[in-house]
Order: sequence, then structure tokens, then C-alpha cells
Amino acid sequence: MSKLKNMKQTTKTSIFTYALVIAAYLVIQALLGRGMLSRSTQGQLVPICCYIVMALSLNLVVGVSGELSLGHAGFMSVGAFSGAVAAVSLEGMVGSPALRLAIAMVAGAALAAVAGVIVGVPALRLQGDYLAIVTLAFGQIIVNILQCVYAGVDGGGLHFNFLDPELHMTNGTPIISGPKGTVSVTKISSFTAGFVLVLISLFVILNLVNSRSGRAIMAVRDNRIAAESVGINVTKYRLMAFVTAAALAGAAGALYGLNYSSVAPVKFDYNQSILVLVFVVLGGLGNMWGSIIAAAFLTILPEAMRGFEDYRMLVYAIVLILVMLATNNDNLKALLGRLIPRRKGAADNG
Amino acid sequence: MKKKNLAALLLAGAMCFGLLAGCSSSADSTNPPASDPGSQATQPAETGDVGGTGEGVTIKIGGIGPLTGPNAQYGIATRQGAEIAIEEINALGGIQFELNSQDDEANGEKGVNAYNNLMDWGMQILYGCTTSGSCAAVAAESYNDRVFQLTPSASSTTVTDGHDNVFQLCFTDPNQGKTAANFISEHKLATKVAVIYNNSDDYSTGIYQGFKEAAEGLGLEIVSTTTFPEDTTTDFSAQITDAYNKGAEMIFLPIYYTPASNILIQASQKGYEFSYFGCDGLDGILTLEGFDTSLAENVYVLTPFDTTSDAAKSFIEKYKAATGTEPNQFAADGYDCMYALYEACKKANITDGMGYAEVCEALIAVFTDSGFSVDGLTGSGMQWGTNGEVAKDPLIVQIVNGAYVNQ
Repeated sequence: MSKLKNMKQTTKTSIFTYALVIAAYLVIQALLGRGMLSRSTQGQLVPICCYIVMALSLNLVVGVSGELSLGHAGFMSVGAFSGAVAAVSLEGMVGSPALRLAIAMVAGAALAAVAGVIVGVPALRLQGDYLAIVTLAFGQIIVNILQCVYAGVDGGGLHFNFLDPELHMTNGTPIISGPKGTVSVTKISSFTAGFVLVLISLFVILNLVNSRSGRAIMAVRDNRIAAESVGINVTKYRLMAFVTAAALAGAAGALYGLNYSSVAPVKFDYNQSILVLVFVVLGGLGNMWGSIIAAAFLTILPEAMRGFEDYRMLVYAIVLILVMLATNNDNLKALLGRLIPRRKGAADNG
Repeated sequence: MKKKNLAALLLAGAMCFGLLAGCSSSADSTNPPASDPGSQATQPAETGDVGGTGEGVTIKIGGIGPLTGPNAQYGIATRQGAEIAIEEINALGGIQFELNSQDDEANGEKGVNAYNNLMDWGMQILYGCTTSGSCAAVAAESYNDRVFQLTPSASSTTVTDGHDNVFQLCFTDPNQGKTAANFISEHKLATKVAVIYNNSDDYSTGIYQGFKEAAEGLGLEIVSTTTFPEDTTTDFSAQITDAYNKGAEMIFLPIYYTPASNILIQASQKGYEFSYFGCDGLDGILTLEGFDTSLAENVYVLTPFDTTSDAAKSFIEKYKAATGTEPNQFAADGYDCMYALYEACKKANITDGMGYAEVCEALIAVFTDSGFSVDGLTGSGMQWGTNGEVAKDPLIVQIVNGAYVNQ
């Protein structure tokens, strides 16, 4: 017990975050085993995992590194499409769907990281609003490019084409078909894979944040000039956070893309980026377990409100306003602090 | 400051509750065609008997389409068309339909969510989705579960490819393109054609590809091909000028009517005179608010919806009375879907005790039967092949004096 008390606050938060994820997984597995989850809840488990990873990775950029990125869905789309190409083309060679999913997620993460470097190197020389605009533009550009890509696989290997749907394949399977997006992909994503991805993302992000590099990233966020004056390479550390986030978003994208037989590029437009940003802001900037809860809550919410029929999205928006107000209300915070003595210390600290 | 925050919270809370209170009553009143006739009509069946085999059978149909978001107009049209058909069908006695419409925001992820929701509800037949993108994702699910699916308007070939349980009521996109090319060449409307299409839209790209393929074999020359993405549909001067400079006589518009109206306006402002040919997405241009319909004079539209028949006139009247708006071909597709399902259910003796998989196999057998054909607003003698595509005669109309004239 004394050991727990002597622990650093950051370690306590990390342990709490891991425990939260593992406990949620065990509870859901237990419910699944007893058949107590409706189909509609079961169907949302994988997307929830994807959105949690998206929110965690964007939190690294927005919360920890302090850059406003509005094109995070762009990295997700890179991951989704490259993951689909990897998974479909390996269908004959790699028998185990779990292994294929893992390879697809690695491929998605790698290509999204490359995209992250390409966007990050020029963009991270900009600051504040300018960076936001560049990332917004990137998100749009990537969707427009993906709408023109055609890809397929046959005995001779992968075939790609731009703008022209003719792939010159012999008995091939089309994988990406322009504005239709991915076509006839076999679903291989699973909730367990999503859970593992969330754990890996948490591990990467929490370790990065609590490392020397993480402190440098936060130093750049808090005061760029002071950080530079002590010899911190500003662009390097900003890029580190940005590319890590891009890679994780790519892996989430691959998991997402392989959960549906067809995903269109328009799915990854700026609305999706803003949605992920909402998760991050609602969960609290820099607060990882907050992002997890917010992403899960806001993904389930619109589905849980199907009873409202046509007014669903209106009610959704109002609930969003309510939650924002409630989480930022000092009176409520004080009340919570009084109810849970442990939280009082946390509230006082920050 | 604190007081202000609290006041804001209270106000938002009040707004929310006010809405909830208003919602429960208005949600009921907006949906009478779906729920009320169903519940009323089952009563005589329970208490008594009017003869016939399908008495007391209420079949649960799940509908999916965009009811919110930028594509809501299409989803709402297909839902309302279906509701009008269900009202008529339920009034006939015999088989009763109950339609539960769920929103998918024209998005595959939400479409699958809506589908799962409907499966929890106990859906026996799936009616939808309205849009191709969402439908492709949902069709894979319904294929795995063996749920019979009939879509009013998802015209992409990916919807039916490899899914023997999915049937379309509309023409496929490439088919529309081919039909248009054939018509243009047969009637010698033009030899030099320009195409403006939306390259971020599956529907538009699909028609263009079918058109291009057919045009090559027919000696139609496509002199200019220009595109636009979904989010820039206001300025078309570059595309129109390109078509003009390359000497196009006709512009082929495989797009929806809102961007098409801008093309018509801007071409007339520039003083260019083209003839135009559009597909079923153009249907509705005459009802567009604030659009000078004289600009659409002589435009050819390939639409399945024949508004001149008696059945169509009665449908239009009912639709107007129920919604206050003119029905477009989406609504007519929805209406026809319900009648196709009704005829098929009668033929297959579907009962309410049957599980969705059993219903699916029975309906597939009926739909692919060569003796099964349906007459509707969007074509007579509609038949389906094993690939799920519909066979019906295309209808091409020309706009003359602000009204459709069959060609």
C-alpha cells in the first residue's frame, strides 16, 4: 500500500489506464460468452477499438505535442487502403486470418508513417493555425487521390492504375475501385485484435510521453523558444510525435478497413477528422484514459439513440453540448471531489 | 462566472428535455404510414377472417437509407415511397407489412450498425440500402446471414456481385451508360459528345464507364471528358468551356440534378448551345426550387419513372398529400420494391413465423423464377436474373414545355 502511495502520479495514471482497458475487455468477453450482448453492440466493438486508437494517437499530436491536426482521418485512410491491399493479396499465401490482419496492420502503419513524414516535414515548420490548414488540406488531398486509385491482384502480382479502371488482369480480384473504395474484402478484423491494438497504442504512447523524448516534446509545446535555447531540436521532436500518431492511425485504419467488405474514400473526409478531434477534446487534452472513454461513449451514443428516429442527430449534438458543459463545470468537479476523496487531490493538482 | 456556467448547463438541459418531450409525440405523427396501418390492419385478422391464405401474417421489413446528412433527400424519398405502398398493401388485407426504417447517413459503417439494429428487431426481409456505398458493406453482411435484400436504388454492380441474396430494382450504373449511348446513336442526337461527371461518386463514375465502353463501339466520339469532385459543385465554367472548345454538340450528364442545374445555368449564361442527356439522377430537376425550368427545355432524361400512367398519377397524388412534395424516381423505386416484395411473399407463402434465412431461400427462388414478373411505376414486366439485376425497358423522356414527354 505504501508502495502505491509513493508511486509517481504519472505511473498511477498509466496503471489506471491499462487496468481500465483490460477490465473493459474482460467484461465484454464475459458478456459475449453468455450471449448477453445484442448484435448491434457486437457490431460496434471493432469500430470502437479503431476510434479509441485514433483518439489516442491524435491526443499525442494535439494534447502532448500541442499541434492542431485536422487531417488525422487521412492517415486512417492510408492505413485502411494499404491494409486491404496487403490482406487481400496475401490471401493465398498466409492462411491464418489473424496473422494476415497483423501483417495488414503493420503495412498500414508503415505506409501511414511514410505519409506522416511526407506531410510532417514541410508542415511542421509551420505553427498553430497554419499547421491546422495544411493538415486539413492533406486530409482532402488524400481522399481525392484515393478516389482515383484502382488496384487488383491476380496470379502475376499486384496491378495498380490511376484514373483508369482497366487493370489488365487475368482472373484477378479487384481490391480498390476508385470512388467505390475497397471492394469485396473478406472481413478478418476481430475484437481481440482491436483490444491488442489499443494496448499496443497505449504502451507506445505512454512510454513515449514519459520518456526523455516525451519531456522534450512537451517542452516544445510549453515554450518553443525556451526549448530551443536548451538545445532541443524542435522539428525533430514535433515530427516524432506526428509520425508516431500517423503510424498508429494507419494501424487503426487497417483494422477498420478489414472490418467491412467495402469502405469508400469519402468515409475519411474532414468530418471524420473532426469527429476524432471531438473525442480528444471531450476526453481532455493529454488525458489518455479520457480519450478512450470519450471515443467509446461517442461511438455508442448515436446508435443508442436510434429510438429518436429523425431527431437523432439533433439530440446527439445537444448531448454533446451537455457533456462538454458538465465536464467543465467547476461546481460539478467540486461535488465529485467531495464524493470521491481520492479525486480531490487530483483536482487540486491540476 | 460560475453562475453563468450553471445557467448554460441548465438551459442546455431544458432544451434537451423540451426536445425529447416534443420528439416522442412528433416522431409518432411523422411515421403513421409505417406503424399505424400495420397495427390497425392486423386487428381484423386476429379477430376474424376475410378468407384467403395470408391472413394475419405481418412480415417485418427492415429499411436502411440516409435519413440525415447531405443524402437524406434520397433516403427519405425511398422510405416515403415504400410507406405509401405499404399503406395500400395493408389496406388490401392479407399479407401485412411492417417497415422499420433506420438511418445510415449514406455511410457503410452506419449502414452495418443499422443492419445489426434491425436484426435485433427481428427483421425478416431487408429493404435497402438507398445508396450504393453503404449497400455494398451491408450486402456482405446480409449474404453471410442469409437475409433477403432488395434495394430500390443502389445501382452499383458491387452490390450484387457474388451475393445471390441481393436484388436491385434499379438499373445498374454501367447499364444506364450503355442504354444512353445506344439511344443517342440510334436517334442520331449527336456524334460529338462531352461528358461531365463526378469522379468522387461511384454512381456517376459507373455510368460514365458504361457509356464510354458503349460509345466506342457505336461511333460516338467523346471529345471532352471533365470531372468534378463532390465538394465543388458550384462553378463549372472550366468544364463547359472545354466542351465548347472541342466542338461538342451534346453534353452527357451522369450526375445528380443539383450540380446539373448549375451546368445548365452557366452554359446558358455563356451563350453556348448544347443539347443535354442525363440519367436517372437528373430526375427531379424540374422540381428544384429557384431553378428556371425553361433552361431544362429539350433535355433528355433516362428515367425509369413514367409519370404519365394512371398508377403513377394516383401515386403522385398520394405522395403529395402525405409529404407536400413531388415524388421523384427514388420514391417510385421504393413504391415498386414493396409491391415486388408483396407479390413474391404471396407466391412463396411467407408467414410471420418464418425465420429470415427461410424467407431468404423462398424469395430467391421466386425472384429468379422466369415466371415471376412485377408491373410497377418504374417499368412493367420487371424480371430478375440470378445475378440480382433487374430486366425492364428503359424509358427516355424529353422535357418539353416543362413536362416529361416519353420518347
